[in-house]
Amino acid sequence: MNPSQGDSSIIAQRPEGLPPRTPIEPQSEGELLEIAMGPHHPSTHGVFRMDVTLDGERVVRLKPVFGYLHRNHEKIAESVSYLASMPYTDRLDYLCPLTNNWAYALAVEKLIGQEVPERAEYLRVILGELTRFQNHASSIGFLIQEMGASGTPLMYAFRAREKILDLFEELTGARMMVNYMRFGGCRVDASSAWLDRTRKVVANLPMFVDEFERLLCSNEILMARTQGVGVLRPELAINAGVTGPMLRASGVNYDVRKVDGYGIYNRFNFRVPLGDHWDVYDRFMVRLLEMKESLKILEVALKEIPGGPVMDSKAKIRGLRPKPGEAYGRIESPKGELGFYLISDGGPNPYRYRVRPPSLINLTILEDMCLGHDVADVVLIFGSVDIILGEVDR
Amino acid sequence: MLGEGILKGLAETARNFFGSYFSAERLTTVEYPEQRIAPFEAARVFPFLVYDGTDWQAGLRCVSCQICEKECPPKCIYIEKSKDKKPDALGKPQFYPARFDIDISVCMSCQICVEVCPFEAIKMNTEFELSTNDRFGGLLLDREQLAKSNQYYHEIHATEAAEVDARLAAEKARVAAKATSIAAARAGEGA
Repeated sequence: MNPSQGDSSIIAQRPEGLPPRTPIEPQSEGELLEIAMGPHHPSTHGVFRMDVTLDGERVVRLKPVFGYLHRNHEKIAESVSYLASMPYTDRLDYLCPLTNNWAYALAVEKLIGQEVPERAEYLRVILGELTRFQNHASSIGFLIQEMGASGTPLMYAFRAREKILDLFEELTGARMMVNYMRFGGCRVDASSAWLDRTRKVVANLPMFVDEFERLLCSNEILMARTQGVGVLRPELAINAGVTGPMLRASGVNYDVRKVDGYGIYNRFNFRVPLGDHWDVYDRFMVRLLEMKESLKILEVALKEIPGGPVMDSKAKIRGLRPKPGEAYGRIESPKGELGFYLISDGGPNPYRYRVRPPSLINLTILEDMCLGHDVADVVLIFGSVDIILGEVDR
Repeated sequence: MLGEGILKGLAETARNFFGSYFSAERLTTVEYPEQRIAPFEAARVFPFLVYDGTDWQAGLRCVSCQICEKECPPKCIYIEKSKDKKPDALGKPQFYPARFDIDISVCMSCQICVEVCPFEAIKMNTEFELSTNDRFGGLLLDREQLAKSNQYYHEIHATEAAEVDARLAAEKARVAAKATSIAAARAGEGA
């Protein structure tokens, strides 16, 4: 990690805590109970199974079982052209298709040495940060929903998300399956009317974040349920390859936007929120603070966006045949480091196509976070990881 | 004080509840079948084939080059090239699709066929209420069902269609200018 980033981070604060909960004493007599949570458990956001072994209410073993939504993404991509994989990447993490597009476009651009025009870089940052905002808003909403606050915060989050999705649809033609970015720019240019509308929406978003903060941050029930639950030690997080808000909530200052400075991120001034208690509450707060930082980037990007083309005129879209070689493009997607690794043998389709999905890798330490907690907390810890099964199983 | 945070949160929900009576901004949903939100101009659902004029069989822009069939990621387009040729909009004899089917149960609305088409022949429709009782035949659209007039294209994507028309008119003018210059040169040779 770059030590010069130290001054650009903020520590997530928390209101006066409640007295720590007394852990439930292990019941040594009696048998262990094995239950399968999922694959159709409402808390699993899709088809995912946790084989939990319980001693009374206490988790003694937990085995995540993936693969119910496996769609052969990598093999399909190896058998179609480079362009034809672009719409499939939308379907990885279907809450944030634009960042998936970006990561894949970045990998291919590295492979063929393609430059991206200035305006397209700004558009990518704007869309990427809008995506981050709506992902964090809905993931907080889902987390609170899993805690039992059925609906209200999630619906508030979706109300804000709806405005952002409308912007996406207006620009790209689809709310979620956008298929927008191309190797060497973006597919269509944003009109000035679209940019004005985006400025208006972004100007209203701080109101939503403040509302969320007042609604949730000092809520005693939320604090009691999340503080001290699901602690992930920084050493374990680093060793397991955890990235994104999960890692930063464990107090590790690592953000690919800062470390790699891909695109034009080194031009923007933003802070990296960090947690210092490493628990579910910190993950929730880190996401909330990241939303605020995203808004800062958005404001600057919307002010500075230059004119010009959004597509490199020399860029080749169809019939791409890169020279033999390999490239790894990575970005800070809302869930963590999303990377695409491509090997070309000179043919029209990649020889090897590999996705580094943040959701899957963040999920591998689920057992370590859940051990010793109640079964009701498992749902909460799982929710705080913020995964999308489309990306886990691919 | 214990419970203060909860009360603060409840004040927020109360503000939202009463606010929804005064501010339309707080209401984002509509009662769907009765009320409808007009689709965005860029909206896309499934592809259709554009034809010029009034007769869809004569005016179909598609020349059956099969690029879209090759590029389609889920391979939902099936084209059979015609044996004979017929004149296209520029008067050049071209092939036409003897069969052009799109299986919209496979199509994933990615718009790549539209992007790669060099003849502006395939565009995206905005019609989304396509449910049917027949999940196989009902969702396999043939060229007659796919053919939509240029006028319809103007109705759903006004700006885009105007750009396409300008581009096609420029191309036509270029071809016509070339033809007249060749004819003039030939006339000069003959004289």
